[in-house]
Amino acid sequence: MPLTLSELAEDQAHDAGQPYLWTMNFGPQHPATHTTLRLLLKLDGERVADAIPDIGFLHSGFEKLGESLDFNQYVTVTDRMNYISPMSNNVAWHMAVEKLLGVEVTPRCKYIRTIVCELMRLSDHLLCLGAMGLDLGAFTHFIYAFNPRETIYDIAEALCGARFTNSYTRVGGVMRDITPQVVQMIRDFLAEMPPVMDDMDRLMGKNRIFVDRLQGVGVLTREEAINRSCSGPIARASGVTRDLRRDEPYLSYSDFDFQVCCAREGDCLARYRVRMAEMQESVKILQQAVENIPPGPVNVGPERRSILPPPGKVWTTIEGLISHFELVMPNRGMPVPNEEVYCATEAPNGELGFYVVGDGSPRAYRARCRPPSFIHFALFPHLIRGHTLSDIVAVLGSLNIIAAELDR
Amino acid sequence: MPIAETFAALRAVFGDLPTSEFRGATRVVVPAERIYEVLEFLKGKHGFDLLVDITCVDYLNYPGAKDRFGLVYLLADTDANQRLTIRTFVNEPEPVVRSVVGLWDGANWLEREVWDMFGIRFAGHPDLRRILLPDEFTAFPLRKDYPLQGLGERHNFPVLTRGKS
Repeated sequence: MPLTLSELAEDQAHDAGQPYLWTMNFGPQHPATHTTLRLLLKLDGERVADAIPDIGFLHSGFEKLGESLDFNQYVTVTDRMNYISPMSNNVAWHMAVEKLLGVEVTPRCKYIRTIVCELMRLSDHLLCLGAMGLDLGAFTHFIYAFNPRETIYDIAEALCGARFTNSYTRVGGVMRDITPQVVQMIRDFLAEMPPVMDDMDRLMGKNRIFVDRLQGVGVLTREEAINRSCSGPIARASGVTRDLRRDEPYLSYSDFDFQVCCAREGDCLARYRVRMAEMQESVKILQQAVENIPPGPVNVGPERRSILPPPGKVWTTIEGLISHFELVMPNRGMPVPNEEVYCATEAPNGELGFYVVGDGSPRAYRARCRPPSFIHFALFPHLIRGHTLSDIVAVLGSLNIIAAELDR
Repeated sequence: MPIAETFAALRAVFGDLPTSEFRGATRVVVPAERIYEVLEFLKGKHGFDLLVDITCVDYLNYPGAKDRFGLVYLLADTDANQRLTIRTFVNEPEPVVRSVVGLWDGANWLEREVWDMFGIRFAGHPDLRRILLPDEFTAFPLRKDYPLQGLGERHNFPVLTRGKS
């Protein structure tokens, strides 16, 4: 790959006094980047003197697409942003749209969305922690983490038919109601989760090799975390006690008893520990949620003119047919105000928000995604400076960069 | 500090700024040339220490819009747990606004993305380069006059041969 980045030429002139610095490409394709991102490293022996991220390899114009797909169609694109926790993205997108339209979803729907969000948080943290171990040479840890992820995919499949890109939510509801079978699957999964977390913790939590490689690496102080717009587990590992589930309760999070997990150190180990502790809390939330799903309708009624009626109603009743027809007609759909809203959720990676502008048409005029990975990857040069080449994978793993969300 | 006091203080210092509220979110419209001072004031004196996001909306053909680009700064107060949206409008031919990287390091990439997608220049930005699109790209794709399928740039990328790389 040619080194054509303009800043590199500039830096070479700048480094005239340090001819011993040499440049190395990390990525775009490297097993430890997990996806496609490129780092230009300036190395002093094995020390990283500077790192220049070069991103955009996976840019596919998601925000531009959001302006030409309608509110329900765009949910399929949000799946592909953070594909490790697709349902969290679905929920975040439709919460923003519902805020714009002024639709209040039913209590049952709120519980179901909370359950899928927490399942996705477990899935995301399991992948992040497992891959962190893998990158540092612990393959068993990765397998321990991937086993329960398989069960989460099974639950997603039983819930909505898709394992990976779920597109589960709709404006004003969800695609399908939760069934007793799925509830039982989640119960079984919750029973199997604590031993898995114990295994992972016993294997790595006090493992000397692992701890030595993470402790004191990539330290982020509290002030820097706020100054650099961090959110989620990364901010909490630096001592920012901000969790939108507690601070701005959305869905049904105010009904549950859970702790906000924080650490003070701000290094890679703290980020590992915070994610590990958050999984315990997610299991706690799930245990409370699956036993208390309120009865009643899962979607808002047709009078809200926002959700398509179920196919059975459309084929057999005239009311269902009319409301379906009205909703799919280009000028008869949902009433959209000429307004703009920002709605933030606590996604596994941090604050995931959508800024949606409505202009009266059934499509967003602007569908901005506030991607946590993008903001966290901007930290990377700051975190890695002065550490060694082998610390790169530790820091990258602890930031949990999902390149599809980074580049959108 | 309650949000009403913040508004009173903002009005006292910067004159009458138009505010609006929608679904619980408060928005303040600030003239583009004073954006830095307003944000500095809010960050320094009123505890809005977290810059959540910077984004932009192109209001070409938007019903009732007078200005072309609307910049949106989403702020949050991590202690008092409040949010505030600051908006400003800039126009062609030379949309420019002062960079806030001096206030928040996190603004660096966010402003680069706005420059990349909308072509709004941030005066005083230390490193205003394209971030997601390649350096050779000439258009600003999230502008409303840019077609969804592009202008054929993908066919005109320079081809690198093995010898040159």
